[in-house]
Amino acid sequence: MIRKRSIGEVLFDAINYMLLAGIAFITTYPFIYVIFASLSDSKLLMAHRGVLLSPIGFSFNAYRMAFVNPNILSGYGVTIVVLVAGVSVNLLMTSMGAYVLSRKTFKLKNIFMIMIILTMYIQGGLIPRYLVINNFLGLGNNLLSLILPHAIMTMNLIIMRTNFNQIPGSLEESARIDGANDFIILFRIILPVSKAIVAVMILYYGVHHWNSWFDAMIFLRDRHLYPLQLVLREILIVNSMESMIESGAGGDTEAIGESIKYATIVIATIPILCVYPFIQKYFAKGVMIGAVKG
Amino acid sequence: MESVGGVMSKKFITSGTVSSRDGTSLIKIILKEVTSNKYLYIMALPVALYYLLFHYGPMYGAVIAFKDYNIAKGVLESPWVGFKHFQTFFESRYFGRLMRNTFFISLEQLIWGFPAPVLLALLLNEVRNKYFKRTVQTLSYLPHFISLVVIAGMIHDFMGRDGLITDLFTLLGGKRTNLLSVAGYFRTIYVSTGIWQQIGWGSIIYLAALSGIDSMQYEAAEIDGAGRLRKLLHITIPGMLPTVIILLILNIGNMLNIGFQKVILLYNPLTYETADIISSFVYRTGLGGSFQYSYTTAIGMFQSTLNLILLLSANRLSRKVSETSLW
Repeated sequence: MIRKRSIGEVLFDAINYMLLAGIAFITTYPFIYVIFASLSDSKLLMAHRGVLLSPIGFSFNAYRMAFVNPNILSGYGVTIVVLVAGVSVNLLMTSMGAYVLSRKTFKLKNIFMIMIILTMYIQGGLIPRYLVINNFLGLGNNLLSLILPHAIMTMNLIIMRTNFNQIPGSLEESARIDGANDFIILFRIILPVSKAIVAVMILYYGVHHWNSWFDAMIFLRDRHLYPLQLVLREILIVNSMESMIESGAGGDTEAIGESIKYATIVIATIPILCVYPFIQKYFAKGVMIGAVKG
Repeated sequence: MESVGGVMSKKFITSGTVSSRDGTSLIKIILKEVTSNKYLYIMALPVALYYLLFHYGPMYGAVIAFKDYNIAKGVLESPWVGFKHFQTFFESRYFGRLMRNTFFISLEQLIWGFPAPVLLALLLNEVRNKYFKRTVQTLSYLPHFISLVVIAGMIHDFMGRDGLITDLFTLLGGKRTNLLSVAGYFRTIYVSTGIWQQIGWGSIIYLAALSGIDSMQYEAAEIDGAGRLRKLLHITIPGMLPTVIILLILNIGNMLNIGFQKVILLYNPLTYETADIISSFVYRTGLGGSFQYSYTTAIGMFQSTLNLILLLSANRLSRKVSETSLW
């Protein structure tokens, strides 16, 4: 059906497209600026004012110097260790929890569910949580403090349970007749047919571990245990705050430091950008599942 | 979605437990239940343990808000002091400032931050070229996935003395300075960068609501001669309204739950006057040097109580007004 478009409609469309292109530009340009700046010459960059349309005085120097910083390399290593171990624990715990909660014959199911949902609304608070993890469990200055307390995110547990609930019961019934126990049913039957949700969980938890920094800041004391985000915080933020306070209204940053900062941002963000096409597809799906059940 | 079979078996279970009244047979029934489902209980155990330790543990630990907690004595042995810490907080000179900052940042975030994704979804919904639409969506999600530390680092850099945004700011007639060192700008920076981070991501849920509208409605309206504006006002907006209301309730309920991690990354002693909120104060006084555990636990508890009251009343209100509620 072809309709004639009025002048008002054409005008509306034009404005709408321009607005949306503007929004897309604003959300993207800062990252493009960072990439250009990281490839620029530090001195020229310092003298430059306003937007960058391309790198000025193209050079890879900043990257070379950023990679020399031992903290960035060790931070990367720690983050990868925590990510791999953390996501493994997450998958194991979340799928077991979701499986248990999706069994209609499990007698404690409803009590369990209430106890779990309750934790979304009532929390002990920052300080008691710190005392439990640091003092009671003695996980302070230990990478386990970044893994165990995050073993399950309740929202993810609920999403996964919703997914398990939708699997037809006939699949497991035949296995049960053959004498399979719950572990076999979960790992051999349920999980293999739930690859999509497992992928979502890996991404959800993976991004969470990659991005988190606060617990590392409060629990870890040894610098060699610092994950990447905490190292970044020192490079990008602590220095900036200190210079701001010293000079009252903020002094000039050192010329050499400037493009290294940008290179550091790029180095720390590239893994996320690499998985971004997958993330944004699967995450959007997760939002829907969460919304339906939430 | 429970199947009919599920409901039936539930009924069966309850009638089964009711009939067993005397003690010894109850233990027997429990034992039989556990042994016949032992793998299920083995799986449930670590999950239960996780929630007990990391969620219910801190809830129990929160009793130190009413005690003078001393690490050597532990939670149980530390003496009760009633509401002393709450009173100290209410009378302290920080109380007014923290309440004011928490309230105003929350409010500004709600007023400016809530409508932004709704508007974006409406604009995107009017786009007919699906490639353009998808590109805009993909690009606008980007900031959501970048770590908070990097986002805050970029804000520090762009708003620094020689930063990109400071450049624009001086171009528009502002004074060249580090924008993050000016107390008067903090709220605006916090809220506007928050919109920048979440506008694209926040619009997903509204777009989902819009795609759920029956296309028959639009076709019928077209046959009746309705233009685009008519369709927007009478089909699109009413169609997404329930979703908007639910999310508005959720947002009001969680209003005071400001992302304090971002505050901690952006504020500094020069801006405490407008930037310091209850949770950042709890962090700074509880863990950032002075270790006043009981006092800060009390402050945290005060805030979570406010949060809960807000959530419950927002929910009640919505049930009255619109029959949509969270539970």
